[in-house]
Amino acid sequence: MTNQTYIVARATTASKAALVIMVSCVVVLLLVPLTGDRGSMRLIVEICYFLALAQMWNLLAGYAGLLSVGQQAFSGFGGYMLFAFVVYGGLSPLISLPLAGILAGIVSLPVAILMFRLSGPYFAIGTWVTAEVFKLVFFEIPLGGGSGMSLPIQAIRDISPTTEGRELIIYLTALAIAVGSVALVYSMLRSRFGLALTAVRDNERASASVGIDSFRLKLGVFVTVAAFTGMVGALIFLQKLRISPGSAFDVMEWSAGIIFIVVIGGIGRIEGPFVGVAVYFLLRETTANYGAWYMILLGLLAIVIMLFARQGLWGFLAERYRLTVFPIERRVRTVEPVEKAKPSNGISDTAISNLSLPPF
Amino acid sequence: MGAPPILELCQLDKAFGKIVIAEGIDLSVSQGEGLGIIGPNGAGKSTLFNLIAGDDRPNSGDILFDGRSINDMKPYQRSRLGIGRSYQIPQPFGKMTVFENVLTAAVFGSGTTVAEAEDRCIEILHRTGLMGEVNKPAGRLTLLQRKRLELARSLATRPRLLLLDEIAGGLTEVETQALINTIRDLRETGVTLIWIEHIVHALIATVDRLIVLNGGRIICDGKPREVIQSPEVRRIYLGVEPE
Repeated sequence: MTNQTYIVARATTASKAALVIMVSCVVVLLLVPLTGDRGSMRLIVEICYFLALAQMWNLLAGYAGLLSVGQQAFSGFGGYMLFAFVVYGGLSPLISLPLAGILAGIVSLPVAILMFRLSGPYFAIGTWVTAEVFKLVFFEIPLGGGSGMSLPIQAIRDISPTTEGRELIIYLTALAIAVGSVALVYSMLRSRFGLALTAVRDNERASASVGIDSFRLKLGVFVTVAAFTGMVGALIFLQKLRISPGSAFDVMEWSAGIIFIVVIGGIGRIEGPFVGVAVYFLLRETTANYGAWYMILLGLLAIVIMLFARQGLWGFLAERYRLTVFPIERRVRTVEPVEKAKPSNGISDTAISNLSLPPF
Repeated sequence: MGAPPILELCQLDKAFGKIVIAEGIDLSVSQGEGLGIIGPNGAGKSTLFNLIAGDDRPNSGDILFDGRSINDMKPYQRSRLGIGRSYQIPQPFGKMTVFENVLTAAVFGSGTTVAEAEDRCIEILHRTGLMGEVNKPAGRLTLLQRKRLELARSLATRPRLLLLDEIAGGLTEVETQALINTIRDLRETGVTLIWIEHIVHALIATVDRLIVLNGGRIICDGKPREVIQSPEVRRIYLGVEPE
């Protein structure tokens, strides 16, 4: 009989340190409004919604294997629903935000059932076409048509009577949505749901042989991501105060940009979108004055990374230096002696004593 | 009176285009029985497993599990009913660790909580000789280790009917004996076993009954030693012409 007992560990020293740093960053971000720097606040709001959209796309493509090029359908739809609730329903913009997300989730259900009949590149093209259909529909329906619509002054004042107050509320909401998106993805992936999702991504056929219903799982991810994306879309156009089909369903901004962020940062890793967003905004802020060079640089960088670090920047670093900020992996560790150690997830003495079979 | 059947195949037909893989297969397996399947390559052995586990659908015929038709059930539903399987070509969850592979099977195949399943997974990994690789990504295992993982993962689902597809290939004699002991211990727990294997002596040591498949048909069915001695089996499967 062996004296060994085992624990299943999740956190690492690096991840614990990273958690402290992350919490500190959030605290610092909460203090930014005190500086009164409205330019920085607007930039941080933008970073927050790009991060949230990237986390959602990463969950969809990096974990569920659903390579959608049409998420702008749900961000645009969410934006429009916010305007509809406010203009025609008379609701407060802040209440309309989650409602827009819920509606986007509901609308995504039939879209998913239709799209799940396609796979691989056909799925990607199918989602893009769906987003274009959404755009065409919003050109036709009476929500401003092709020229779009603006939020009424009264609705803007409902958020706060002053511009500073409104910007503060939008800033805090954006921060909450960004933190919420990371918390949602992290908690999902650490749960049994995460085990199933990773198994389906790695080998769908084998996942079915161990009792995983991959269709239901992917449907759940698709709808959750669509709902969250819809809510982020509502926030984006609440900040912009104006919406039109062209801007709401822009494939370059809301799909290509997000895909760039995730691929550059590291697809299939929660840390990837953080790195991707940092690179994206760093490049944008430093090269935006050089016109087309900005886009050329972004494209070149994407090509170089896809050629030499296919796991993205974070994937490259994580594999080289064994870094993990958001540990979702379960690692088995030995604990001795058995008499004193009785961890919550440890194997019992009884189980150990049964291990008499020789390994083959 | 013998044990009731856990699995019944009734006039099962399967063809891919003009290639017939299973033709009029009738087979009944009793609860707790150990059945071995041998046959030349391309005889339809793995396809038979695919039909039972739901990876392939039959062209005609019926599959009954516990007396109830499972023809329309998806593979994940059959797994939850208690049909566990391994694959001839291992199908690991490549980026997950060995432990997570087995844990996933334990949680979703047997419907237990993660905390409950963790203890049992460690036990299974010890039993299958994979404890040394417990934290390694499954995609980095050797072929032999992947086969062990196939067995470990299928055991983790707590199957009532276990389908093993050529898991002894590549094992040394000592390892094969250890595998035989593991399978015997497993059978003592009441698990029904169907084992496709080319290592005939491993089958003879563990199963109650042996069938021979050739060209999608069962050509012999009986006690293992009697089947192996059959002139037709020796001619078709072992290439030995009767004297």
